[in-house]
Amino acid sequence: MNPNQLIVGRGTAEHHPMEDFLRMDRMPHIWCSTCGLGTCLTAFIAAVEESTIPREDIVVVSGIGCTGRAAGYLKFDSFHTTHGRAIPYATGLKVANPRLKVCLISGDGDLVSIGGNHLIHAARRNMDLTVICVNNFNYAMTGGQAAPTTPQGALATTTPYGAFERPFNIPFLVDSCGATYVARWTALHVRQLTIAIKEAMLHRGFSFIEVISPCPTVYARRNRLGSGLDLMKFYHDHSITKNFASTRECDIKFQQDIIVGKFVQRDEPTYLDSMEAQMKKTLGAKFVPYVGPMDPSADSEGTKSNARS
Amino acid sequence: MKYWRKPLDAERKKAPHGNVHVIFERCKGCGFCIAYCPRQVLEVSTEYNRKGYHPPVVAHPEQCVNCRLCEALCPEFAIWNTLDEPGQDEIRSQKLDAGSQKC
Amino acid sequence: MLEVRSAREETGHDEVTGSRGDEVSKPKRGPVLTGAHYLDGDHACAEGAIAAGCRFIAGYPITPSTEVAERLAERFPKIGGTFIQMEDELASIAAVLGAAWGGARAMTVTSGPGFSLMQENIGLGVMTETPCVVVNVQRGGPSTGLPTLTGQQDMMQARWGSHGDYEIIALSPSSPQECFDLTVTCFNLSEKYRVPVMFMMDECVGHMTEKVVIPDADTIDVWPRRWYRGPKDKYRPYAPDKDGVPPMVRAGDDHRFHITGLTHDERGYPIITAECQHLCVSRLVDKIRNNADDLMIIKEEQVKGADVVVVAYGISARVATKAVTDARKKGIKVGLLRLITVWPFPEKRIRELAGAVKCLVMPEINMGQMYREMERAAGGKCKTLLVPHCGGWVHDPDDILKAIVEGAK
Repeated sequence: MNPNQLIVGRGTAEHHPMEDFLRMDRMPHIWCSTCGLGTCLTAFIAAVEESTIPREDIVVVSGIGCTGRAAGYLKFDSFHTTHGRAIPYATGLKVANPRLKVCLISGDGDLVSIGGNHLIHAARRNMDLTVICVNNFNYAMTGGQAAPTTPQGALATTTPYGAFERPFNIPFLVDSCGATYVARWTALHVRQLTIAIKEAMLHRGFSFIEVISPCPTVYARRNRLGSGLDLMKFYHDHSITKNFASTRECDIKFQQDIIVGKFVQRDEPTYLDSMEAQMKKTLGAKFVPYVGPMDPSADSEGTKSNARS
Repeated sequence: MKYWRKPLDAERKKAPHGNVHVIFERCKGCGFCIAYCPRQVLEVSTEYNRKGYHPPVVAHPEQCVNCRLCEALCPEFAIWNTLDEPGQDEIRSQKLDAGSQKC
Repeated sequence: MLEVRSAREETGHDEVTGSRGDEVSKPKRGPVLTGAHYLDGDHACAEGAIAAGCRFIAGYPITPSTEVAERLAERFPKIGGTFIQMEDELASIAAVLGAAWGGARAMTVTSGPGFSLMQENIGLGVMTETPCVVVNVQRGGPSTGLPTLTGQQDMMQARWGSHGDYEIIALSPSSPQECFDLTVTCFNLSEKYRVPVMFMMDECVGHMTEKVVIPDADTIDVWPRRWYRGPKDKYRPYAPDKDGVPPMVRAGDDHRFHITGLTHDERGYPIITAECQHLCVSRLVDKIRNNADDLMIIKEEQVKGADVVVVAYGISARVATKAVTDARKKGIKVGLLRLITVWPFPEKRIRELAGAVKCLVMPEINMGQMYREMERAAGGKCKTLLVPHCGGWVHDPDDILKAIVEGAK
C-alpha cells in the first residue's frame, strides 16, 4: 500500500486530528523530549483510523514501563496490567470476548524478558492479538538497566562495564514460535509503521511489530549516542529495508545496520479457529460453541438466568 | 524542481498547499518536524515556551504541501497540517466519509 | 437436609454421573447437572462453577486441583464454555482477569505452589476490583511439599499473599456438597463486592467422594454482575455506589474506560500521591470490612451455654465432629463453630464467644494460622488452644478431644 494513499482524518485549525483518540485530560504525557513513544502513538492512532475497525471493538493492553504507559493515554478500553503479563491478560480478553480487536503496546523488557514465556506461547497458539513491541534496548522507566535486547558492548546501569550477554533477535524469536505476521520498523519509519500496524490489526493471527525507538534520557545518554534526534538520524542512515528477509539474520549489533521491513505474513488458523475445528471434528453435533461474554442488557434482573445459559 | 519544459497539465495539476498549526506550549523541542520536513518549511524559533523549549516556527509557509509528515512524527501532538484548497478538500472528505468510521 | 432425588427422574437420563472419567451426557435441563450424584469435591466444584454461570476457565495443571480443570475441559465444549490451558499459573490468573473484563464469569484452579505464583496478579485483581474466583485445593507445603496429600497451610496466604494493603473474601468447604454450593456463593460474592474470592478447599475434601445433590437451575441463586447503566461517556470505573462498590462494564461497549494497577482515582487514572493512595486503598479495604457482617457465613452447633467451643473449618471441622461427640459423652459442654467464611475473619462472633466460654479450641492442618486470628479476636478473655498438624493427613480426633478436655478444666 502506498503511503501517499493514507486517508488519516483531518484536524481543524484548533484541534490536532488525533485528539479524539487521546485522553487529553492526561496530557502532556510523561515521555521525554525526543523519545519515540509519542510517534509510536501517532502511528497507532493513524492505523486505527485507516483500518476502519469499529472503535468500540478495539482494546489496548499494556504492561509496565515507559511503553506501558501508552494504554493510559489512548482513549479506548485500555488496561495497564502487571509487568510481563499483558499478553495473557489480552488472551483472556480475546478468548472471553472474541469480537474484540486486542492490541498490545508494551516494551522490550516487558514482553521479551519477564513476559517471554507468554510471548512464545501466544505466538505458538497463533492467538489473534496485535503486539507492538517498542524496543529501546533497556529498561528505561526504572533508570536504564540492561535488558535481553541490550546489544553487546552497550552500557547500562546493571552492565556498567558493557553488556556481554547475547541479546534476543526478537523477530527471529517470534517467527520461530509461529507468529504469522512479523515486522520491524523504527520510529522514524512512521508511515511504514502505520501501514504495518494496520495490516497487523487486520491480520487474523498473532501479529508482532518491533519498533526501534530512541531513548534519549537513559540509553542514548549513557552510551553517548546524542539525543533522540541523533538516534533518528542514525536510523535514517543505518536502516536497510528488506521485506521478507530471513528473520534469522535480523539481529541488531551495537550501533550497526538495522534490518527493517515486513518479514513474515501468512495465513494460518488462529487459536479460536483451531479450537472450533477440533471440537467440531470430535464432538460433531454435540459441540456447543462458546456462548460469549455476559450481556449487560440481558443480565439486569436475572438472578437465575445465568444458571441456565 | 527544474523542468526542461513546461508540463502539459501544469495549469490543472497543482501541488496542494497546507497550513501548519503549532500548539506552542505543547512542543518539547525534539526537532523531528524541523529535521524531516521535506520542504524545509520549519525552523527552530528563538522564543521559548513555558516548558523551556524552542518550538518550531513556520518560516516558509508557502512551501508546505500538506504531506503531514510533521504531524505523523511529532511525539507531542503539537503540530499538524490542514489542507488549503477547498476543491481538493471535498474530494478528501468524500473519501473519508466513504471509508472510515466516525470518530 | 436436602432430599435425595433420583438422577433418572430429574434428568431423564439413566446414567448417573460418576466421579472420575465416566461419560457425562448433557442433561435435559441445560448445563446444570440437576440431580443426586456421587461426586468428589473437585468435580462438585466444577459443577458449581457451571451452575453459577461461569463459562471461562484458564488453568494450569497442579495436583490436587487438576480434576476441576479436566472436568471443565470436558464439559465446557458441550455447554458453550471455553477452557484454555495456559502456560503457567501467572498466565492463568492474568487470563482470568482479562476474561472478567471481557465480560465473562471467570475462574482458575490451583494448589499451593501455583497459588504463590498467582499472588501478584491477585493483587492486580484486587486493585482493579475484578470479580473472579480463585480455587486453591490446598496440599501439604511449603514448596513442593506433599502434592497428593492434604493441608490447610495457605490460609494466611489467602489473606496476605499479595503485597500491599487489601482485603479479600475466602470461603472454606467441608464436603463435596459444599464444594458445589459454596462455589456458587463465591461467584456471587465476587460479583457483589467486585473482588477476587479465594475458595480454600483442601485435598481431602477435593478428593473425597460423597453424595452431592444439585438442585434445579431455577432454584440456584446466582447474583448478576453489577453493570453500570448510565451514559457511556460518564462512566467512572471506580466511582462507588453506596455500599462502597463501583459498578462494572465490559470491554467492547464503547465506554472507553481505563484501568490500571497503579494507585488511581475514580476515573481509573493513576495519581501517584499519598492523598490518592489514602482514598484508593481505604476504599478497597473498607469495602470488605464494612460489609463483614453480611459476609459472615458460620455454622454453630450447641454453642450456647458451652464451656468449650471448637472453632474449625474445612476438613478439620468434620474430624472435630467426632471429637466433639466423644467429649459430650464424657459430659463436657462443648459446641462446634464451623467457619465457612474464613476471610474476613468473624472477629465479632469470636469476641462474643470468648466472653462466654472457658476455652476456644482450634484444630487446623497447619502450625497455627487461623488460630492466630482466633487468639487475637478472643483478646485474652478466654483460653485458646491450638491443635496443629503438619499436613499429609487429617487430625486424630483423640488429639482434638485431649485439647477439649484440657480446655474444659
